[in-house]
Amino acid sequence: MSDWRRRLSPTGNTGDAIFRAAMFAVALLMLLIVVAMILALASHSTLSIRQFGFGFLTNREWDPIKGQFGALAFIYGTIVSSLIALIISVPLSLGIAIFLVEQAPYFLSRPITFLVELLAAIPSVVYGLWGIFVLAPFLRVYVEPPLARWFGWLPLFQGPITGIGLLTGGIILAIMVTPIISAVVRDVLSAVPNTQREAALALGATKWETTLVVLVNAAPGIAGAVILGLGRAIGETMAVTMVIGNRPEISLSLFQPSYTLASVIANEFTEATADIYLSSLVELGLILFFVTFVVNAIARLLVWRVTRRTTGVGLAV
Amino acid sequence: MFSKTITRANLSLVLAGIIAFGLNACGGNSGTGGEVRIQGAGATFPNPLYQKWVSEYGKQHPNVKIDYQSVGSGAGIKQIKERTVDFGASDSPMKDEDLKAAPGEILHIPTVLGAVVLTYNLSGVSQPLRFAPDVVADIYLGKIKNWTDPRLKADNSGVNFPNADITVVYRSDGSGTSAVFTDYLSKVSPEWKGKVGTGTSPKWPEGIGAKGNEGVTGQVKQTPNTIGYVELAYAVQNKLPAALIKNRAGSFVEPTIDAVTSAAAGSLANTPEDLRVSITDAAGAAAYPISSYTYILAYKAQPDQLKGKTLVDFLWWGIHDGEKFAKELQYAPLPEEIVKRAEAKINSMTAGGQALR
Repeated sequence: MSDWRRRLSPTGNTGDAIFRAAMFAVALLMLLIVVAMILALASHSTLSIRQFGFGFLTNREWDPIKGQFGALAFIYGTIVSSLIALIISVPLSLGIAIFLVEQAPYFLSRPITFLVELLAAIPSVVYGLWGIFVLAPFLRVYVEPPLARWFGWLPLFQGPITGIGLLTGGIILAIMVTPIISAVVRDVLSAVPNTQREAALALGATKWETTLVVLVNAAPGIAGAVILGLGRAIGETMAVTMVIGNRPEISLSLFQPSYTLASVIANEFTEATADIYLSSLVELGLILFFVTFVVNAIARLLVWRVTRRTTGVGLAV
Repeated sequence: MFSKTITRANLSLVLAGIIAFGLNACGGNSGTGGEVRIQGAGATFPNPLYQKWVSEYGKQHPNVKIDYQSVGSGAGIKQIKERTVDFGASDSPMKDEDLKAAPGEILHIPTVLGAVVLTYNLSGVSQPLRFAPDVVADIYLGKIKNWTDPRLKADNSGVNFPNADITVVYRSDGSGTSAVFTDYLSKVSPEWKGKVGTGTSPKWPEGIGAKGNEGVTGQVKQTPNTIGYVELAYAVQNKLPAALIKNRAGSFVEPTIDAVTSAAAGSLANTPEDLRVSITDAAGAAAYPISSYTYILAYKAQPDQLKGKTLVDFLWWGIHDGEKFAKELQYAPLPEEIVKRAEAKINSMTAGGQALR
């Protein structure tokens, strides 16, 4: 066997060597794409970065006609709508996952799992249409008026009621991220070794206490799932833009229209002609990319921590 | 397991985005052989008409392949400036600075006219509402807040308005429709002109934003006591209630195709030589005041003899034979006088110094 062959592949098989090189190239391509995207976003937004500097992040004015561009209203809308989504979807997803892993009989858990994952596959524009035609009118008639009546003393529930706004956007997002979070949490809970449950039960714990033990052990993984859902909520475009009201304003009230980073890019990119306008939109994309990137990195880290820890526990027992 | 699928989905989205971006960036060159390929891009508003033109013209000239992409007026202007397409299309005329920045002289060929219609959702109101210009402006400025406002009642005697807040709906996506509407408001309201101005994505003082004509319509239909604006064609096709608007001559005009053509005819006196003109708030008793041209943009000096000739023939066909498809698609055809002036523009196009017609 010749020398170069051995160098390429320890087993000395040419096929293996080619396979390995091809797979490496594919993996490298992914990396290149990410780098290329960051570079492209950064270079196309240099104009607005130079002109507005850090003020871009703190300015809440967005007026393309007068050439004033600031991202604050969009950052606010993105974060608040995503937070509303998490506040609603996290307890819901935890409940679904606990039921599926800890309680549901086999004949029930399979179809429910399938249905939940099916929800994740529905295109977001369909959620948006449903939002306009079903959710928004429902909230306007049955949910927002009682909220305003009983909790109207809170600044969160004041102002005119239209069914369109931050609250509706957040609820749509909640419905969209629930399947993702619950599916990951289900995987995480399944990864907790059965010996733990048996140990808890043997010590006289009730079913509820046993579940608590499992949850505590799976906590970092659950956090990872939540952050993964948050990443999805931050980047969601179509469904949100159809119900959030698309208004770059910062208002404490959840009834008021708002705007997200992804939505404004989708809405205004095609008709933007001035260079500084386009550049500002691209910079919004850069901010969005950065936020999503950080969120995903944190999620990875947490998931990695939980998998390492559960194997550790398993070995100890 | 599931987290992996998500990442994979994300990555494939990224890939798709990059591929789409790449495809967008290239493109635009002509074919070879007996076939002539022409590429155009721009306004979404005239897209149904241009697609009709392309298919009808293609039937008569099988060797000509015209491709029109409705990417938006802004993108159309950008692409003609960068010469990545053979013709662009825009609802509003190009600005002076855009024309100066272009590598050659760009002509504006008007093709058809469109209009913006005010639509609303008021239960129990069957007769069409009538709006004075200052009332429209003040509703969109947020100064008239309730449907029972005396200024609304003054023009609509006999209408039983609900005692409810007005919910204003606007287009959230950058659009020529918004540009025409804000152009009109800037003409009839000095306050609007100073505070907001004219543009595809203005900073709206009031209301909620919905995406596209269909989004505005959905929002208005779903929410009681709303008012919104959509394209004439869209309003007619969907049988939306449409308000009468008081024009400069003082008459309340229903948005119809003929009223839009009248607006163009009424603006002939102040239509400049290059045909870049706003015809909102036009003169003439029958003119509907929120009307506008839509243009095809082409270089006066065509770089390629064969393609230039093909484009000139297509444009000539469009403003003559093509106009008859306008009405059935709810666009207003050009008035006679403007057809003549557009002819002169097309006749002035050259390739290598030689006239193409």
